[in-house]
Amino acid sequence: MSPSMSAQKITVRCKINGQDRSFTTYPMARLLDLLREDAGLTGTKEGCGEGECGACSVLVGGELVNSCLIPAIQAEGTEITTIEGIAEGEKLNFIQQAFLEYGGAQCGICTPGMVLAVVYLLNRIKKPEDLTEAALRTALAGNLCRCTGYTKIFESVVRACHARFGASAGASSGDQR
Amino acid sequence: MASRLRKEGREKLTGRSQYVDDLRLPGHPEVLHGTTVRSPVARGTLKAVRFGGSIPWKDFVIVTAKDIPAIGGKNAIAHILHDQPCLVDEQINHPEEAIVLLAHPDRFLLEEARRHVTFEIDPLPAVFTIEKSLLKDPVIWGKDNTFKEFTIEKGDVDGVWQTADLIVEGEYHTGAQEQLYIEPNGMIAVANANEGVTVWGSMQCPYYVHHALTHLFALPDDKVRVIQAETGGGFGGKEDYPSMIACHAALLAWKAGKPVKIIYDRAEDLAATTKRHPSSTRHRTAVSRDGKLLAMDIDFLLDGGAYMTISTVVLSRGGIHAAGPYECPNVRIHARALATNSPPYGAFRGFGAPQSLFALERHMDEIAAKVGLAPEELRRRNFLQEGKATATGQIIREKLDLPKLLDSALQSSEFIKKRKAFQEANQDPANPIKRGMGLSTFMHGAGFTGSGEKMLASVAAVEATPAGTVRVLASNTEIGQGQRTVFAQLVADALGIDFDLVEVVQPDTKIVPNSGPTVASRTTMIVGKLVETAAISLRQTLIQSGCLAKTYTTAEFRKACGEYLSKLGALKCFSQYQQPGHIDWDDQKYRGDAYGTFAWAVYVAEVSVDLRTYEAQVDHFTAVQEIGKVVHPVLAAGQIEGGVLQGIGYALSEEVQLRNGRMANNRLTNYIIPTAADAPDIKVIFAENPYPHGPQGAKGIGELPLDGVAPAVLNAVAMALGPEAASRIHSIPLLPESLMKALDGAAESVKGERS
Repeated sequence: MSPSMSAQKITVRCKINGQDRSFTTYPMARLLDLLREDAGLTGTKEGCGEGECGACSVLVGGELVNSCLIPAIQAEGTEITTIEGIAEGEKLNFIQQAFLEYGGAQCGICTPGMVLAVVYLLNRIKKPEDLTEAALRTALAGNLCRCTGYTKIFESVVRACHARFGASAGASSGDQR
Repeated sequence: MASRLRKEGREKLTGRSQYVDDLRLPGHPEVLHGTTVRSPVARGTLKAVRFGGSIPWKDFVIVTAKDIPAIGGKNAIAHILHDQPCLVDEQINHPEEAIVLLAHPDRFLLEEARRHVTFEIDPLPAVFTIEKSLLKDPVIWGKDNTFKEFTIEKGDVDGVWQTADLIVEGEYHTGAQEQLYIEPNGMIAVANANEGVTVWGSMQCPYYVHHALTHLFALPDDKVRVIQAETGGGFGGKEDYPSMIACHAALLAWKAGKPVKIIYDRAEDLAATTKRHPSSTRHRTAVSRDGKLLAMDIDFLLDGGAYMTISTVVLSRGGIHAAGPYECPNVRIHARALATNSPPYGAFRGFGAPQSLFALERHMDEIAAKVGLAPEELRRRNFLQEGKATATGQIIREKLDLPKLLDSALQSSEFIKKRKAFQEANQDPANPIKRGMGLSTFMHGAGFTGSGEKMLASVAAVEATPAGTVRVLASNTEIGQGQRTVFAQLVADALGIDFDLVEVVQPDTKIVPNSGPTVASRTTMIVGKLVETAAISLRQTLIQSGCLAKTYTTAEFRKACGEYLSKLGALKCFSQYQQPGHIDWDDQKYRGDAYGTFAWAVYVAEVSVDLRTYEAQVDHFTAVQEIGKVVHPVLAAGQIEGGVLQGIGYALSEEVQLRNGRMANNRLTNYIIPTAADAPDIKVIFAENPYPHGPQGAKGIGELPLDGVAPAVLNAVAMALGPEAASRIHSIPLLPESLMKALDGAAESVKGERS
């Protein structure tokens, strides 16, 4: 994915976490590098650089993507959400809060991508019953975590679902308290 | 009380935590990127280095082994021995060994340049397996390819064979395993003759890195500074290799006169850095008709790779754990770590014990089958108890109740009921899904082996600030396990103040004392105790000074700190490790108290095997353990759950494919770790039996889960497939292709199938 040294730089305009931004970069530069190096948003992490681990997950136009696989030119005109855009000021969003309380983050390196994957998942369910165990596992299967064994991540997501829809909601999986 | 929230949780959840690749160094706007050019061959003599292509080489900083003497240092990474060079001078001993370092401001051009460095090498014959290494042809390390060899002897093993009712033999193998922390390794260095060397990086052991840098640069201790950045997982993989990367970054920075950052990509991290040692274990066991272990003869072999690094201590732990939690009057454990021309193997959670306990616990099921006892019953008849001796002669001095742990695991997993139901259902030939239940019983020694803790003599400190907060000073690192939170909790509890008032200082060798490495399940039990003791001493000092009454509120405590500091100056209390009086260990004979204490466990796996695809999967997992005292329920369970899933990967999917010593599948597309879709329900049950020398009664737990998962899983697979296939299921990882071979009765041989 390294940009050819002979390539011409282009201007990429996009909205990141609600702010209009403009960058001069190579068309085939990775969105991951644009975010981390050009925009200074280092919350998005690189774990493998080939779309396997999900540590670099961000939302582009509301879709969950691996930013290591997206060329910068494709970011033109899009709205991007990174981990830095999830909390409301100093107040954690309900997903972050659930991860904090239920042990969903350990070393923290997969956490930004994982939180974005959960944002994407919970944005797409219309009612709590939609969060089946299968849906939960499938939704997070592209985000590798080596610390938790996923148990506390599942529990955090179920708790976050409770927070969003009310206490009776969510899959029973992982809720061991 | 609800569990305290993870100290740095908010930073991690909002993306504000600063990992090494996120750092900006104040005062250093320009940081060069560094990279490593590595050997394409396993063994050979380096004749020449060529810098080709249309690369503007004059713009690059280039470091080779020839640059090291000019700095005044020695070309070696200082671990136990100094046998591993920092950079190849002439002799190449493994694939991916570092030969040339490059630095440049443009990392894309740097990568282009790396590909245009080529080597002229005279190849030498190489050794890639334990079996070949034993033949000593060729000798590739030392006199005889042996890093270390020792024998543990208890009773008289050879006096038993003639009279025993049964003798059961078996041979077991484990493959390498990658730690696969999600954050690859990385370091940033600032280095010059005036200031010395400073590095920031991803690591478990700041003082190991410090030690290596002082040796390489021949600098006094105070001219080298090592600062841990937030670290995205370690599992042992960031125990010794960070020293190598720090040395490389510092050499480039020294020559460049500018800071240099080296961040490995995943492919490099997988190919070049340490992994779990492959092993080969042979068991010969004498048993009575009623299932009593009479003699255990164990030959335990580890593949250490090309240099010693820390293989000798991995071998110690593996050998000492090889006879497990059983009482047997006659035991001989012969342990050897051997050299091969693979990148050196290193620490990985469990540190030798997962290998030897896999062999033992798989073998126990084989013995049970031969004796005609249920696996749980054979174990129950041989459990260690209070007052009985381990293989090293360590007398158990705690209220050990393994039958209770076993009962808890059997009951909680519905082991007996499910086994019976599965056995019946598995009879149906039309049913392609076979199910099984398997268990393992095991222990893990907490803290350094033998006299290791005594020799480390760790120091930790606690200090008061003018604002009345308390700072914890220790070199142990937060790597996800919760060290920061647990230390803060222990200090807050010892002082009786709010958790939020306690800050755990980021490890920086200029600021924190050497409380030892973050390894060996020692952080909570050993260093946590030091931190707790220092906190109690701080409270006593405040009380004795008259600034604080014997009972107080948090507000009064804060006021007292301020008063003390303004009247009497700094308030900082240290605590140094004192070996508990009951520990008596002989390093030469491997006799005595190998560990201050052990955590004990019984694990149960429930699996299903699809005979159409040859895939085995774990459906439910039950982990019952006695860990002294649970200090933090959420973090403790998190340690077990994470370890269990790593163990399932070790058992079923994580294969390091070596071709001529090099990892061929060094990508996340083909080195397969379990995902959210693969993770079973993991039921975690803690039993408590406070250890008087641990903080609040805690023992170490971090490594424990890795020891018992793989044998429980394979025992379950063996049960599912029946006795004939079971005798061929002696190796991990158990991939679908190896399962197919086992079921078809092909290659995978089992030696010593006599009884």
